[in-house]
Amino acid sequence: MIGIVVGILEIWTRKMSVTRDEVQHIALLARLELTGEEVERYSEQLTAILDYSAKLNELDTSAVAPLFHAVPVENVFREDIPGNPLGVERSLQNTARRKEVFFEVPKVADGS
Amino acid sequence: MSRYEPVIGLEVHAELNSNSKVFCDDPNIFGEEPNSQVSPISLGLPGTLPVLNRVAFEKSLRTAVALKCEITRSTSFDRKHYYYPDLPKNYQISQDYEPLGRNGSVELHLKDGEKKTIRINNIHLEEDAGKLVHPTDPGSRKLSWVDLNRAGMPLLEIVTEPDLRNLEEMEIFMQTLRGMLRYLDVSDCKMQEGSLRFEVNLSIRPVGEETYGTKVEVKNVGSIKAALRAAKFEIIRQTEVLDSGGEVVQQTCLWDDEKGETRPMRSKEVAKDYRYFPDPDLPPVVISDTWLISVENDLPELQDAKKTRFVSQYGIPEYDAGVLVSDRALADYFEDCCSQHDSPKAFSNWIMVELLRELQNRELEIEECPLTSEYLVDLVKLVEAGTISHNIGKEVLVDVMDSGKPPSSIVDEKGLKQESDEGALLDIINQVIAENPGPAEEFGNGKDKAIGFLMGQVMKKTQGKANPGICKPLFEKILRT
Repeated sequence: MIGIVVGILEIWTRKMSVTRDEVQHIALLARLELTGEEVERYSEQLTAILDYSAKLNELDTSAVAPLFHAVPVENVFREDIPGNPLGVERSLQNTARRKEVFFEVPKVADGS
Repeated sequence: MSRYEPVIGLEVHAELNSNSKVFCDDPNIFGEEPNSQVSPISLGLPGTLPVLNRVAFEKSLRTAVALKCEITRSTSFDRKHYYYPDLPKNYQISQDYEPLGRNGSVELHLKDGEKKTIRINNIHLEEDAGKLVHPTDPGSRKLSWVDLNRAGMPLLEIVTEPDLRNLEEMEIFMQTLRGMLRYLDVSDCKMQEGSLRFEVNLSIRPVGEETYGTKVEVKNVGSIKAALRAAKFEIIRQTEVLDSGGEVVQQTCLWDDEKGETRPMRSKEVAKDYRYFPDPDLPPVVISDTWLISVENDLPELQDAKKTRFVSQYGIPEYDAGVLVSDRALADYFEDCCSQHDSPKAFSNWIMVELLRELQNRELEIEECPLTSEYLVDLVKLVEAGTISHNIGKEVLVDVMDSGKPPSSIVDEKGLKQESDEGALLDIINQVIAENPGPAEEFGNGKDKAIGFLMGQVMKKTQGKANPGICKPLFEKILRT
């Protein structure tokens, strides 16, 4: 989900309108299949969302360093001590499909 | 000589040997039951948060320092987005904007004695993905099975500049880097466990040409051997394309190790739109001067330094030292032997000639060697004391490799003790002389070479157990006086 938002934000930094091609590219990255009508609708909706937040662009931030973390914190570590993993049954208990000890998923074509 | 020159760059992925994963506390072990080494974090369940493993980071930093990188004093983690079932979160935590190290280098010792520096573009820490099994039975062709044990294991990526110009340089680079990673104790680099993997970027250009040709990126290369084969395949393929007047297409390929060929990936899979952005879940790591200095001071003795020391401390030839230091564990093994018994040259011979061959035949690492350093010390002592001959010693070594028993009990059980009793040997020698009057006469007439044949006969009769140091004077006494 966040990935989709970032894709849109990248468009936002360039201009204020999301083209149908861009909607289709984002849909591909998210492995979503959209109908022509949906592409049209999302293009309008996403453009409206970006227009709404475009207000922020009115501020001059050229002299401000990007802020990645709201709280100034650094060097947070975990000690290298193994814990107790869930175990096979609990790991798999919420999956829609399993095959013995594996998660089973539709194959993503890689040409093989 | 080819009219083309390859230009090769590598992306090396080394799995770090920390005890637990990089952002959660699942054990970092290979070969466990699928999906038994996972937790809500490695499963990418909603609401979970990553926390960086201190040891995995320290090992990465140590490597970056050893590779002479400029260390990024405030290094941070980013999300790399792609959609694939081996990646539960749909993003991989990696480092893009502020990788741990940049602009490093590795010095290669080429076979002709020349040195060459390979530049390192950057080195960064990331998490490994899970593993997919692709079932082959017809009913399951459209399915994949997912094992997430590997998901979240610490992975160090080392990216070179395109500085390699042929397969020899490429092989020496990979071996040198593997040696360093093992010296630094940051990765086991076990190919069979996939803990050292490569991506090969390769283009070719006419010899003398300055600009690079169009490059092809080969993924899925699981060992040094496979990387060399993949590079060779691409050099031949691209040469054929250019020779037939065609153009190399820029593409990403997969290496198929079974078929021994590269295969282009579909354009959909390689849509390189990773949408990197800083991971808000992980704060940056700030490396102070004190921290960096302590890492620099604590670097272990690396290959070149150890080689020089071996030559001066143990008085072994430079060649021997080079072989022994090629692997840290092997060098440690040699030093273990020397600390127990002062016969460095004997140990170096046994290790280089017999032990390495037997390890290779069995595809074992020195750490897994059934012949412990204590056993090799015993074996060398048995040979030095004349209890067994050198040749029998070789057999005992093989036997220890197979059975794991101590050399002395093998010698006892199999009755391999060298026959040094003059009386017993005299009987056999007299028999050999009687059966082989020709060679015996030749030896008697001063032809020294004939002793080889006569000793061979004695060895045959004693199953190799006769002590040659005692037999030879006996032959001389009988036939030359």
